[in-house]
Amino acid sequence: MNIDKTKEPLLHVEGLKQHFRTSSRYVTKAVDGISFDIWAGETYGLVGESGSGKSTTGRAIIRLYDPTAGKIIFDGHDISGKMAKEDEKYLRTNMQMIFQDPMACLNPRKKVKEIIAQGLEIHRLYTDQADLDQKVNAIIEKVGLSPEHATRYPHQFSGGQRQRIGIARALVMNPRLVIADEAISALDVSIQAQVVNLMKDLQDELGTTYLFIAHDLSMVKYISDRIGVMHLGHIVETGTTDEIFENPVHPYTRSLLSAIPRPNPRVEKKRIALEYNKEKEGVDYTQGHLHQLTDTHAVLATDGEFKVWSKEHSY
Amino acid sequence: MSANRSLDDRVLSIRDLNISFDTASGTVHAIRGVRMDLFRGETIAVVGESGSGKSVTVKTIMGILANNGHIDSGSINYTFINEKGEKETVDMTKLSQKEIRYRFCGKHIAMVFQDPMTSLDPTMTVGKQIMEGMILHLNLSRSEAKKRAIDLLARVGIENPEKRFNEYPHQLSGGMRQRVVIAIALACEPDILICDEPTTALDVTIQAKILELIKEIQAESHFAVIYITHDLGVVAKVADYVDVMYAGRIIEKGDIDEIFYDPRHPYTWGLLASMPDTDTDSTRLFAIPGTPPNLLEKITGDAFAPRNPFAMKIDYMAEPPMFDVGGKHRVASWLCDPRAPKVEMPDQLKDRMEKMRKEGILE
Ligand SMILES: Nc1ncnc2c1ncn2[C@@H]1O[C@H](COP(=O)(O)OP(=O)(O)OP(=O)(O)O)[C@@H](O)[C@H]1O
Ligand SMILES: Nc1ncnc2c1ncn2[C@@H]1O[C@H](COP(=O)(O)OP(=O)(O)OP(=O)(O)O)[C@@H](O)[C@H]1O
Ligand SMILES: [Mg+2]
Ligand SMILES: [Mg+2]
Repeated sequence: MNIDKTKEPLLHVEGLKQHFRTSSRYVTKAVDGISFDIWAGETYGLVGESGSGKSTTGRAIIRLYDPTAGKIIFDGHDISGKMAKEDEKYLRTNMQMIFQDPMACLNPRKKVKEIIAQGLEIHRLYTDQADLDQKVNAIIEKVGLSPEHATRYPHQFSGGQRQRIGIARALVMNPRLVIADEAISALDVSIQAQVVNLMKDLQDELGTTYLFIAHDLSMVKYISDRIGVMHLGHIVETGTTDEIFENPVHPYTRSLLSAIPRPNPRVEKKRIALEYNKEKEGVDYTQGHLHQLTDTHAVLATDGEFKVWSKEHSY
Repeated sequence: MSANRSLDDRVLSIRDLNISFDTASGTVHAIRGVRMDLFRGETIAVVGESGSGKSVTVKTIMGILANNGHIDSGSINYTFINEKGEKETVDMTKLSQKEIRYRFCGKHIAMVFQDPMTSLDPTMTVGKQIMEGMILHLNLSRSEAKKRAIDLLARVGIENPEKRFNEYPHQLSGGMRQRVVIAIALACEPDILICDEPTTALDVTIQAKILELIKEIQAESHFAVIYITHDLGVVAKVADYVDVMYAGRIIEKGDIDEIFYDPRHPYTWGLLASMPDTDTDSTRLFAIPGTPPNLLEKITGDAFAPRNPFAMKIDYMAEPPMFDVGGKHRVASWLCDPRAPKVEMPDQLKDRMEKMRKEGILE
């Protein structure tokens, strides 16, 4: 895939904050000032521990929330704050999200083919009934479900089949940007491979862009061009896939990489992962700023931390 | 894990289980003759293709079957110590769902479901949900139960457990919800813990922590664990035995080393080969070609035959029996018949096995 970085990015996120008030005294800063760009035709992987703010980032970008602060520009349309009608329409038809919890977002009273067709119907993205049926059937097959599944209800499926309904529903819209939140984590490896290959094919054919949220680093490595590592609402390191895997600088990134399970029982039963504790190491994310290591590789650190962390590296 | 399982320690024994579902397009034969044994203190992993029947099998143990489903034949014998302190065996397929819920769920057998939101009550704080079972089954007072609930939240890696105790499920991230469900399951010290994709939404660090926690508690109270997972890294970490399912049947089973270092069924080969490997750099993942069989139709012969590059004539005619290939290793494939030509696993996989074996010995 050719990615033209001289053009404007397809998605520009700047200083995005999403806070939740959970009680009169307490505010959860789920996302606390993150910035990144994604260019058309690229796959940006967002990784990080549970609760680090990955899903919230995705949900804020697709505007399921009203972000607390920050700017989101999608293909030239400003979709932060109150949106103009036409910007909102552009967002709803060109950006889709595959949700982490498939059951929570599939209407239990609708048949699968109705669920998949819904987006096309609302936005009238088909010529006639035959065209609609053809589009729905084609995507059902592409995600590895069979035609007889079309008339079943969501609860009549296995977990992995259900996740594929969510994938089909998003991809049938031919969106420019897909936010895939743990989209393949409930699938067995062979189906994962099938879906990942499908996503790559769409990217080659149509230039589809992905924000790929996942905790499975080996899969992220496969699919992503660049990766952002999130921790406690901040992007602590970002770089090309090679830079992150070959030359991780932030101690959090390094602990994350050390924990990748290996499908080898004799190794796995003995392995202990590197620990990272922000308090123990005395790291305060709000004190740091982004240090560029290369054009593409940057790490969030104070000057002092940066000196120590980058010493062990070969740049 | 002891090498020989004593029948005295058997907690669960499933025989010839057949389950089907009625749908608009016909009857789906989802489970076709499953046989499975589980012994005290051990951990088995059930792996296999999406839709192969893993969840339906274990849900049936818990007495959960969708309204359109029915058990056509078979038994699920569960052995436990009853209220009088005597050993008792019941066939779960003969009990009503209500009876299973009332007598066994939570207390004797606990389950962590694949989709955490389906097992959490959105209108109740997570703390209340963890305490509920302890108050009911372990007769703890509210304050004792609260103390243990907070302790459990901390042990599953949730920071600020006192604060989270009072939050509702929608205020938690996907992975936190999953951990709450695990805390609920562990709260009542069950005999059997069933985990259906327990760590899919968890990052690797928390995943490792949870798996270690379950192991730790298992070592204290010797319950048996069934893991359903597609993550072979998880299997490698926790399992003593592995059952591989395909199209409603167990097609290969054995101890962990037998399955990981000496797999025999071509489906298992495909499964192991499609694992992404962080050490290699190919840009396309291997996917087993073809699609799983249509369970609406009657399957003749080996269900995997159409996708099996080594399929023989007999594969399309008769269903293979479970061949004993030594040790605890059993394989349902005609390739294991002594008369079959000898076929080798794909080279790519062979190389990987070789590398794994070396790594395992060197470390
Ligand atoms: N209520 C139902 N009605 C009809 N078919 C069903 C029903 N529940 C499950 N099935 C079918 O039974 C088969 C087995 O489903 P099961 O949920 O056990 O799969 P699984 O092995 O757990 O897969 P996954 O890894 O995707 O969760 C699937 O083909 C599924 O579509
Ligand atoms: N609607 C909400 N109200 C209050 N707090 C919330 C809400 N949604 C998320 N949070 C909090 O924001 C933080 C980030 O949650 P988020 O779901 O983005 O995490 P995540 O990185 O997707 O984690 P996971 O990998 O577990 O899915 C968590 O502490 C969570 O409890
Ligand atoms: Mg999430
Ligand atoms: Mg399942």
